[in-house]
Amino acid sequence: MSLKRPSKDQPENFEFNSSSIEAANQIISKYPKGKQQSAVMALLYIAQKQNDNWIPLAAMKYIGKFLDMPYIKVYEVATFYSMYNLSPVGKYFIQVCTTTPCMIRGANQLVEACKEKISENESELSSDKSCSWMEVECLGACVNAPMMQINDEYYEDLNKDKTLKILDKILNGEIPKPGSYRGRTNNEPENNRKTLMDLKNA
Amino acid sequence: MLKDKDRIFQNLYNDLGSDLASSQKRGDWVNTKEITDKGRDWIIDEIKNSQLRGRGGAGFPTGLKWSFAPKEVGSRPHYLIINADESEPGTCKDRDILRFEPHKLIEGCLIASFAVQAHVCYIYIRGEYFVDGQKLQAAIDEAYKKNLIGKNAAGTGWDLDIYIHYGAGAYICGEETALLESIEGKKGQPRLKPPFPALIGLYGCPTIINNVETIAVVPTILKRGGKWFASLGREKNTGTKIFCISGNVNNPCNVEEEMNIPLKELIEVHAGGVVGGWDNLQAVIPGGSSMPLIPKEKCETLTMDFDSLMAQKSGLGTAGVVVINKDQDIIKCMARIARFYKHESCGQCTPCREGSGWMWRMLERMAKGEASRDEIDMLGDVTNQIAGHTICAFGEGSSWPIQGLLRHFSKEIKRRNKFDPIVKEHKDIPYLVDQHLLDKNG
Repeated sequence: MSLKRPSKDQPENFEFNSSSIEAANQIISKYPKGKQQSAVMALLYIAQKQNDNWIPLAAMKYIGKFLDMPYIKVYEVATFYSMYNLSPVGKYFIQVCTTTPCMIRGANQLVEACKEKISENESELSSDKSCSWMEVECLGACVNAPMMQINDEYYEDLNKDKTLKILDKILNGEIPKPGSYRGRTNNEPENNRKTLMDLKNA
Repeated sequence: MLKDKDRIFQNLYNDLGSDLASSQKRGDWVNTKEITDKGRDWIIDEIKNSQLRGRGGAGFPTGLKWSFAPKEVGSRPHYLIINADESEPGTCKDRDILRFEPHKLIEGCLIASFAVQAHVCYIYIRGEYFVDGQKLQAAIDEAYKKNLIGKNAAGTGWDLDIYIHYGAGAYICGEETALLESIEGKKGQPRLKPPFPALIGLYGCPTIINNVETIAVVPTILKRGGKWFASLGREKNTGTKIFCISGNVNNPCNVEEEMNIPLKELIEVHAGGVVGGWDNLQAVIPGGSSMPLIPKEKCETLTMDFDSLMAQKSGLGTAGVVVINKDQDIIKCMARIARFYKHESCGQCTPCREGSGWMWRMLERMAKGEASRDEIDMLGDVTNQIAGHTICAFGEGSSWPIQGLLRHFSKEIKRRNKFDPIVKEHKDIPYLVDQHLLDKNG
């Protein structure tokens, strides 16, 4: 099990802004009447997005009232799933996959690069407070290993140099181009394609 | 090698674009009404004839699963759920379907919903695939606009709504009952079965849950006939499958191939061979991290399908092939997998919650050569205490890879860990609570 602790510094209040309320109501309408609890995961995402990428306890209380469910049930969900950040992370949140398929292709180099550029330890803000990084479990892009995720986007086929360059850009406030960094198209076997040849570059 | 015209996912590498117009050129949404006009019994029979088995790992026959849905809709509505919570290390096939072949999936959803009489379909996508989920949402919006889903979907007379539900980074939600809990807005802890979801599932209603790939191949099977699909592969292991070849190969890739393809062909032809040559191969994990690894000697002749891998005490799982060459420390690789399971255990059943941590810590010690001789048997014992003693199959999934390691690489572990048990060595360990056991005069 993963261990998650809420931050010690908590804001007093939290409320959805108008665009969040609109998004929340749209999500609740996806589920049958009386089953609005189903929307709790999506609402936690909305709260996380609104609150600089992390969820304060006040937001959980607010969502509990919003969905007419007990606070403890919201707290259970927020602490169970690993993608909800319960303490502040950087504006650019970098997740490096280090599970076996990435590990055997050199994911440790990516970790080294993060340690050099961002912070010595995981989940620690960089000196300019814009980034933080952590090791995560399989992100499901194993044939593009090693890879990392920055906010929503995947950066694939990396090595140490390429990671350092990406992190430099991020620290300069630029957003690098997502996708493969070896120039291959998606998941194709580069320079060795044997299938669907007549469609290539169609 | 499978002929290109027999490949179902023509746009696996996104040469052609994933929008509706180009999907229609590839044959999606053609004759959908003709298929549903033949009736649900015909659809289920045709899927049974094709011998399609679920692509999510367990390999349960899809036609049979659909036939478990109640024949008449009672007071409770039926639901169809698509499991796109792809998190098994080594597997990344569903992501490509979501982003490059979304219309195959949506059309499959319509046909499957019709067959099991569901008017609402939820697609549960893992939270990390947010960008790919957005692409699927764009395809769903496009389909709504063209009346392919919604009221009287594609002219079939069937109403269908499709919604995406994002997960939030829990591997266990790929287990079908945990997935239901998650959609209901709870933490994803699996339910006891029975009752099976086909009768009591989402919100207590009959629910059919299928993997993305399973549903995405359905329209093509029905258009080309169950016989065509059954003619590929071999008996009970029919059709095509997307294999994800990752790890120490020269060209890691996803490729759609016939079932029962030799593993060596998959690695040598499609993935450009093992890094350092075939002789440098150490072991292969054939079906995602939960499946026991297979050492090189057996890889020579191995064919990739459900039953032949079962005969080797492994499994096809999700067909995520992880190739490990001799440059890697095999114990370390497995220790990392054990760490994955320790992190992802939901914590509901004690054997799994505690045991997954024990297995990880023991393997870490074994990788460093710090374990004593008797711990090797102890580790095997722990795996047996977990497998089969938990609510869901996570217990098996976490202990099988380690059993595989012990089965094939126990020599290597023994070579590295030669210590006698601490009790025999009479070491003085100040922090040990049971120090009295080591008492020399005891």
